[in-house]
Parts: sequence; structure tokens; C-alpha cells
Amino acid sequence: MKLNLEIWRQKNPKTQGEFKKYSLDDVSPNMSFLEMLDHLNEKLIRDGIEPVEFDSDCREGICGSCGVIINGQAHGPKVGVATCQLYMRHFEDGATVVVEPWRAKAFPVVKDLVVNRSAYDRIIQAGGYVSTKTGGHPDANAILVPKQDADKAFEYATCIGCGACAAACPNASASLFTAAKISHLSLMPQGQPEKDARVVNMVNQMDMEGFGNCSNIGECSAACPKQIPLEAIASMKSDYIKASLK
Amino acid sequence: MSASSSKLSASRGLSILPALFRTSVGQKLLTALTGVALVGFIVMHLLGNLTLLAPDAGPFNLYAHKLDSLGPLKILAEVGLVALFGLHILNGILLKLDHKRARPVSYGYAPKSKGGPSYSNASSRNMIVSGSILLFFLILHIVQFRFGPSLSEGYTTLLDGGVEARDLHRLIVETFSNPAMVAIYVGTTLFLGSHVRHGFWSMFQSLGLMKQSRSRALYAAGLVVGLVLAVGFLALPIVLYFRSQGV
Repeated sequence: MKLNLEIWRQKNPKTQGEFKKYSLDDVSPNMSFLEMLDHLNEKLIRDGIEPVEFDSDCREGICGSCGVIINGQAHGPKVGVATCQLYMRHFEDGATVVVEPWRAKAFPVVKDLVVNRSAYDRIIQAGGYVSTKTGGHPDANAILVPKQDADKAFEYATCIGCGACAAACPNASASLFTAAKISHLSLMPQGQPEKDARVVNMVNQMDMEGFGNCSNIGECSAACPKQIPLEAIASMKSDYIKASLK
Repeated sequence: MSASSSKLSASRGLSILPALFRTSVGQKLLTALTGVALVGFIVMHLLGNLTLLAPDAGPFNLYAHKLDSLGPLKILAEVGLVALFGLHILNGILLKLDHKRARPVSYGYAPKSKGGPSYSNASSRNMIVSGSILLFFLILHIVQFRFGPSLSEGYTTLLDGGVEARDLHRLIVETFSNPAMVAIYVGTTLFLGSHVRHGFWSMFQSLGLMKQSRSRALYAAGLVVGLVLAVGFLALPIVLYFRSQGV
């Protein structure tokens, strides 16, 4: 199939970027979106042009490395998939495809389609863990967890930190990511001792990173490859308000 | 990490407010709390104004006179309303400015909603627009009626029992005999409905009360509340206009 690509090219964080047009006429519908970019890069290298920089790692939707805006949608038109799981058969033959990086002050562009997502790492460092003494392996079922809590915590824990939530949010808010990371621990017995400090410190860090605020539009949840529900944000807010009143 | 390391780091919002309201969660909490209070006020305002539907001016002027006669309570209510509106509006503007700062470079290709759980719609994306229109309307509305012609300009009426009172009913009837005014009021009520539609759902989310299983129902309830308020308020000027035309 034939494809007309418009891709954001930016040499480094300091230079101005711009959209460049490329066309491919031998794209297989079975290629993933990233394989199509690989294919483009091989052609660019052959033509002596610098290849398009983009992030990827596992290419099976579990690492959170990949992620670009495709025709105005984070991770492209399919719901519940990361860019690596998006296939070219979802595009029309001869389609124009515009590809640009996540846009947020807290996610500065490094080069082309690559952004620096360290802001998410720093939010995790602010409290997205449990402090436990490692040692002997505890008995299974020594700590009972209600099934519905375990299921919900697991749903939140599937967040891969790709950044699509903040990228898709009209306000560039990182609330869904932060909320998923807070709520999956606050639902677990092991997360209780640090529950209040965790929510306060992680939300503070999110605020300090320069993300926008949540106005409950919900585009984050729609763009999330793991379809984390909006309830995570309500749960984070409830925890935060309670913790700050103590 | 101990619980004592959890200090609110307040960095945004109105600097005169307590720390909680200057964090991202607190800012939206303030919007939600003031929003609830404002919707409460608007509902009471609508219920009171329904006395305009009475066949004569008596009930409405009596209602207006009762409010006017509350003395210090009325002043307290007015100060409270100014504070509520002020907080809601200023906080909303600061939020919008934060959003602008959070994405200094906008997307080259217009963002498109992915649907599904998203509530991205004309109401949710344009709260600042509907809010600004409501603010301009609010100023017009207060100038027209609160500070409009009163007893000294001859707008007087005698209530049952011979009490002399402001004939606010006459002022309203005169205002809504002008089709342009009717159009402004009707147009604004549509923006009020739109603002409340998203605001209602947003309130549950900002207060941390939303459960996923109730999400769709709450959003639909927001539409109903918005519609009821819009229809309630837009009916009044339209009815008064047709009455003034002798229909």
C-alpha cells in the first residue's frame, strides 16, 4: 500500500522543528506502525537522509517506550493499543498520515519523535513504591486481599507509563498516570503504611513537573493503551483530600 | 519514608487561600465546592423567578420585596455570592492559564477524540468559553436589575396591605418586550446548560466521589440538570416577550 507521511523532524531540543513529507509505496498492511517507520528509515538511509528518531523497545505493548501522535490521536486510531500494536491495515491505501511527538512542557522533545519522559520517573520516585523488608518468602494467603480490590489494583498496575494520557489530555495533565500508580498501591494491604505520604508526595511532584490540571474530560482514559479507568483519578483525589486534612 | 514527609507543596492557584486549595487537586476541589454552591443558588433563583409566571405582578414583587427587606442578611448573601462567583471565576482563569503553560507548543494536527470513555465534547472542552460568556452576562444582568431603575425612577408598586415597594416586575416586563434582550438571555441560558452539563460530572470527579460503574449515569444526569436549568431560565423571557405582544 501507498502512504503519504508528514513527520515532525527536530534536530535537538534547542532547534525549531518542522513537518517533513515522505512517501512510501511498498508498505505491507501486515507491518506494525513501528515496522513501517523502520521501513521508512531504511529508505532514508539509502537516500543519505538522517533517519527518523523514535522510541521503541518490547514492541508488544508492555514496556511503554513507544508512543507518537498519529493523525491527532495518541497511539493512533485504535483503542487499547500502543503504537507498536497498531497495524498498517488500519489505514487506507494512499492515506496521509501525520506523525508528531507527545506535546507537553514536562515532556520536552529530545529529537524528532522522541520526548524526555523522566518527569514520570520522578513522580514514581516521589512515592510510587512500598518500602518492605525483604527476607524470608511469606506464606501465600498470609495477607488476605479481597478479589475485587486485587482486580482493580491489577487494572491500575497495568499502566506502562507511556505518556499517552498527558499527550492526549487537552490540558497536558498527568493525572491518569499518577492516579493509576497511587491507586494500585493504595488498594493493597502492603500499600497502607505509606498511603498518605505517597499520595501527597506524588501529586506534589506531578504539580512541580509542570503538567496541567485535570478538568475531567477523560481523553486520557480513551487514549490509554491499557484503558485505565477515570475512577483512578477520583480515587487519587479522595485519598489526597483525606491525607491533607489529617 | 514516613508520613511526616507528606507536606503539601502548594505552588499554584490563588495565593490568599489555604495550602490545600493551591495544589492541583485542591484547585479543582475549590472549583467543585464553589460550583455546587453556585448551582444551589441558581436553582433557588429559578424557583423564585417562577413567580413571574403568575398572571399579575403581585407574587413576584412580593417575593422581591421580601428579599429586599432581609436587611443585613441580604447584604451577607450578596457578599457571599460575590465571594463564591469570584473564587469560581478566578480559580477557573488560573486553571486555564496553567493548561496553556503545560503545553507551550500545540499539536500541528488538530487533536481528535478517541471516543470510548472520553467525555470530550463541546461542553467539556469549552468551559472557559461558556464561563466567560456567563461572566459577561452576569455583569449585564446585575447592572440591569440589581442596580437598575428603582423607587426614585418611579418604579413603585403597592403590595397587598399598602406597602410601597420597587416595581421590579415592570422593569422585567419592559426589558423582555425587547426581542434583542430576549435573544441575549435565551442564548446565555444555553451556555449555562452547557457549563452545568460538564460541571455536574466534573464535580463528582473532583470531590473524589466518582465510581466507574456510575460514570455514564452521572454524565447523563449532568445533561438533564443542565437542560432543566437552561429550559427553566429560557422559558421566562420567552413567555414574558409573548405576553408583551399580547399573545
